[in-house]
Amino acid sequence: MGNGFAGNNTGAARNGANAETNLNENVVGIINKISGPIVGCRNVKHARMLEHVWVGPERLMGEIIKLEGETATIQVYENTEGLKPGAEVYGTGQLLAVELGPGLVGQIFDGVERPLEIIRERHGSFIARGANVPPLNPDRKWGVSVLVKAGDELAGGAIVATIQETSTIEHRIMLPPDVSGRVVFAASDGEYSIDDVIVRLDGGYEVRCRTRWPVRRRRPYARRLGPHVPLVTGQRVIDTFFPIAKGGVAAIPGGFGTGKTSMQHQLAKWSDADLIVYVGCGERGNEMTEVLSDFPELVDPRTGKSLMERTILIANTSNMPVAAREASIYTGITIAEYFRDMGYHVAMMADSTSRWAEALREISGRLEEMPAEEGFPPYLASRLAEFYERGGLVQTLSGRQGSVSIVGAVSPPGGDFSEPVTQHTKRFVRCFWALDKELANARHYPAINWLESYSEYIDELVEWWQEGTEDTKGTGGAGAKDPRWRERRDRAMEILQEEDRLQQIARLVGSDALPDDQRLILRVADMLKEGFLQQNALDDVDSFCPAEKQAKMLDIILHFYERASVLLKDGVPLIKVTGFRTIPEIMRMKSTVENDRLEKLDELRKRIDEEFDRVESEYR
Amino acid sequence: MIEEQEREYLGTSRLFGPILAVEKVSGVGQDEMVEVVEPDGRVRLGRVLEVSEDMAIVQVFEGTAGLVAKTTRVRFTGHPLRIPVSRDMLGRVFDYLARPLDGGPAPITDDLRGVEGSAINPTAREYPRDYIQTGISAIDGMNTLVRGQKLPIFSGSGLPHDALAAQIARQARVKGQEGDFAIIFAAMGVKHDTAEFFRRSLEESGVLRNTIMFLNLADDPPVERLVTPRSALTMAEFLAFEADMHVLVIMTDMTNYAEALREISSVRGELPSRKGYPGYLYSDLASIYERAGRIRGKRGSITQLPILTMPNDDINHPVPDLTGYITEGQIVLSRDLYHKGIYPPIDVLPSLSRLMKDGIGEGMTRGDHPNVASQLYAAYSRVKAVRSLAAVIGEEELSEVDKAYLKFGEEFERRFLKQEPDEDRSMEQTLDLAWHMLALLPRDELHRVSQEQIEKYMPGKDNPPRNPAAAGRPGAEGKDTGADAGKDTVAVR
Ligand SMILES: Nc1ncnc2c1ncn2[C@@H]1O[C@H](COP(=O)(O)OP(=O)(O)OP(=O)(O)O)[C@@H](O)[C@H]1O
Ligand SMILES: [Mg+2]
Repeated sequence: MGNGFAGNNTGAARNGANAETNLNENVVGIINKISGPIVGCRNVKHARMLEHVWVGPERLMGEIIKLEGETATIQVYENTEGLKPGAEVYGTGQLLAVELGPGLVGQIFDGVERPLEIIRERHGSFIARGANVPPLNPDRKWGVSVLVKAGDELAGGAIVATIQETSTIEHRIMLPPDVSGRVVFAASDGEYSIDDVIVRLDGGYEVRCRTRWPVRRRRPYARRLGPHVPLVTGQRVIDTFFPIAKGGVAAIPGGFGTGKTSMQHQLAKWSDADLIVYVGCGERGNEMTEVLSDFPELVDPRTGKSLMERTILIANTSNMPVAAREASIYTGITIAEYFRDMGYHVAMMADSTSRWAEALREISGRLEEMPAEEGFPPYLASRLAEFYERGGLVQTLSGRQGSVSIVGAVSPPGGDFSEPVTQHTKRFVRCFWALDKELANARHYPAINWLESYSEYIDELVEWWQEGTEDTKGTGGAGAKDPRWRERRDRAMEILQEEDRLQQIARLVGSDALPDDQRLILRVADMLKEGFLQQNALDDVDSFCPAEKQAKMLDIILHFYERASVLLKDGVPLIKVTGFRTIPEIMRMKSTVENDRLEKLDELRKRIDEEFDRVESEYR
Repeated sequence: MIEEQEREYLGTSRLFGPILAVEKVSGVGQDEMVEVVEPDGRVRLGRVLEVSEDMAIVQVFEGTAGLVAKTTRVRFTGHPLRIPVSRDMLGRVFDYLARPLDGGPAPITDDLRGVEGSAINPTAREYPRDYIQTGISAIDGMNTLVRGQKLPIFSGSGLPHDALAAQIARQARVKGQEGDFAIIFAAMGVKHDTAEFFRRSLEESGVLRNTIMFLNLADDPPVERLVTPRSALTMAEFLAFEADMHVLVIMTDMTNYAEALREISSVRGELPSRKGYPGYLYSDLASIYERAGRIRGKRGSITQLPILTMPNDDINHPVPDLTGYITEGQIVLSRDLYHKGIYPPIDVLPSLSRLMKDGIGEGMTRGDHPNVASQLYAAYSRVKAVRSLAAVIGEEELSEVDKAYLKFGEEFERRFLKQEPDEDRSMEQTLDLAWHMLALLPRDELHRVSQEQIEKYMPGKDNPPRNPAAAGRPGAEGKDTGADAGKDTVAVR
């Protein structure tokens, strides 16, 4: 923070107090203008840029976004109805910050990290204004294991204690990045609240379990590593065709109803990340409710624990204040980085980054800034870049590996990808999963267009699949070696591309007019589409497809193609092959073969061979 | 928390369009309700849009026509726009701010509610799961409506969206739950005839006394339209969450609403975004549409059925586009189907119900429902491809399979989609009919339904169709060559 990280300490304690009880009457300005969420102030003294302030008699939460002489502009994170000029604005002396510590996992917060469950308990079903509840429960006691002892020399980012936060997440208490020193006091293991001092350093710095971090500043790490480990998602079109790496950044653009949210939910459910930060940014309330009601019931295939035990939700729905929507993305990414710094692989979903960009536009418009394309402020591109650059695989300050993968949904007006948000996003992401209205209309889900989408991680991940990994435990089969991964993928892509070319001809002459070998390609492409690319999120079996199953399934289809091609070359008519009894089975294997009964796929493959053998012997 | 304190000022500094500015004000709050009084005592209502220390910008609902800057008095009421709410208002007709239009007395209640409402805390929502049977196959079978859903009708001028909405309002019911229900009708800039059509239709089906109408008709001031849906939803929230009623809110026409918003925005000189609509159109529409749903621990629900006409039938126009991004699906009407004489002319492919997935299937509608719906979509989208192929090479040149698809397409439109405006099909009937349609296709084209489901539901030799007309299924059955030989693979794309 601007006043040094040592400020953390006292700041944390104070924030907790002032959110609950009275604020000290530190008036930093007087309101002279109100326009929606933007408030102008005069007589401004002792205020800082990006300072967290309380606005008016109801103490609405706000942030100073512009300071000029004695005037300031504040963006207010709550509805300003009834606010009047002449009212006072109170300073906190601190930058708007995210509170970090045990108690985040499994919770749902709004865009400025207010705990929505507790707000509901205190204020009822509708969100009240001025509900200043601290994000973390200051009274709860946590079982803390202290890892350091008096005399230890610690560097910034060092892990000093651990807390079993949920059954799957061990919370690691870290020294702030710019604090180091010798331990002069270390508490013994025991039950502590987030404000108890766990460790004291020789410089007087006190480590508590609660800390703060300014939302708009990225957290430091030792160094960036090249992405080389896949984030295995259990979604075939992604893992097999357009993979994302741990620490990778991806965008899912698509018109309304094409499946962005469904895909984000699927990734949040089934990715082999340690922790999921899911940000509902300007989208529907019911979608957050759905996560809240489904996730606790769903079991992580890798840990056997409830998915909620590894999920943090940030919900700033479309009808919640627009300024808080702007902040929600930063709140999410800061929390993600914090867990990354503990050595976790975190995946963050942002649905939808377009609503965030629109919040920027709305605020910028009210500030009467000069607009660039389509009314968006000129800094749209740099904000997007800053955000996606916070993703990555890193070596943390404490020497561990951790990552933040980012998957951002993009909602282009009219589904037209040439608009500014999609275009700029494309510059900063390395996976582009383009959703297609036609596919969605035909209920081909996920409606990811295989010709328009791409992943730049393929080359970086090949090696990993070639080698496999030592750590195959608990990866849902993802750690298994699969040296043929690349070859298989490329082969299938070729077929799909060839099919697209042939379709253009078939649309003019009918596919019957094509020669058998080309019609075979159309047939096999159909198998790829129906039997492999389509994946029903609602099907109990098909919702998650382990890597090993993906490999076997694709092998079967390609094997079918190879053998059929050979037959055709020998002059066997296609009609002999298209009547195979096994074809409907191939089309349905995704859901008829349970994920723990993969031997059924070997049996299917055997039956396919038998059918081919029969035809072959007929023609010999 | 606005202190209820009135302040009155004489004279305005500027009058432009529906907006006036008052200088040297103090103690005026954002969004405060304003009374604008002419010398003869006539009162118009307004709302504070923006306020600074020495000036308030006020939006006047009835417009500023005829006001004289010097003599106009502006009274700031100290409270936001609000309406009375009570159960006694059922059966009545009101204006945009719940003042009687039916000649009856003003509602007697002290219960006044701000029309803006507040956001439902996402943790307080209950995920909607109870499906509503509308008796319309295209909806029940393929785009099932759920209690608490917001599902708009995307239409075009001249298409029968009103008839469809009225049919839904008449026929909608939830299996096994009769409960208290109410219908709220919010008209925004529609013709008098439209409002009258709804009134009569609701009257004929005997539900008028469960209905409240909020009318802003075509010749009423456009700016009032900005309040109409909010008043309607404020009423709906009261009935649903305090009086335990299941409320269906029909709002028409959202395009008129958006145009009024555009008008105000441009008068204020705001920076326009697409097609001149303000950049905050999305957030503004969301503040309306998100007021649908269910709340944990409350018995009632708010289901929204907004209607909007797509200018030029263009689904990418900002109003349908942004609506689709907020609502939980959409029912899209097609001019082509309408011209073919099909009512309701629901274009199923771009239509969608997002909440359908949790409301249908085993134990709710029928086990085969999700797969059947998905199969119909796949088949009908193939029909579109086959039709364009037929247009190029001629129908005779099509393969047997493609011909089957053509036949399926015709039957699907004529028998599954098409029904009478008073025909109320049960869910069973709709699903059985769907199987009759699928029976027109070769069996190995049906990958989305399971083998067991085919055996159980497919009308066939051992499973004779209830309607013999559906039995004419070409070739393919049982033998692998036949139709399959000519199989071609126009993809779903
Ligand atoms: N993988 C899938 N399996 C099954 N159904 C799916 C899948 N993906 C999408 N759908 C269906 O598509 C519907 C729309 O998807 P979704 O809500 O994710 O769209 P979206 O792109 O987020 O739309 P919006 O931009 O309006 O939020 C879902 O309600 C669901 O019915
Ligand atoms: Mg979505």
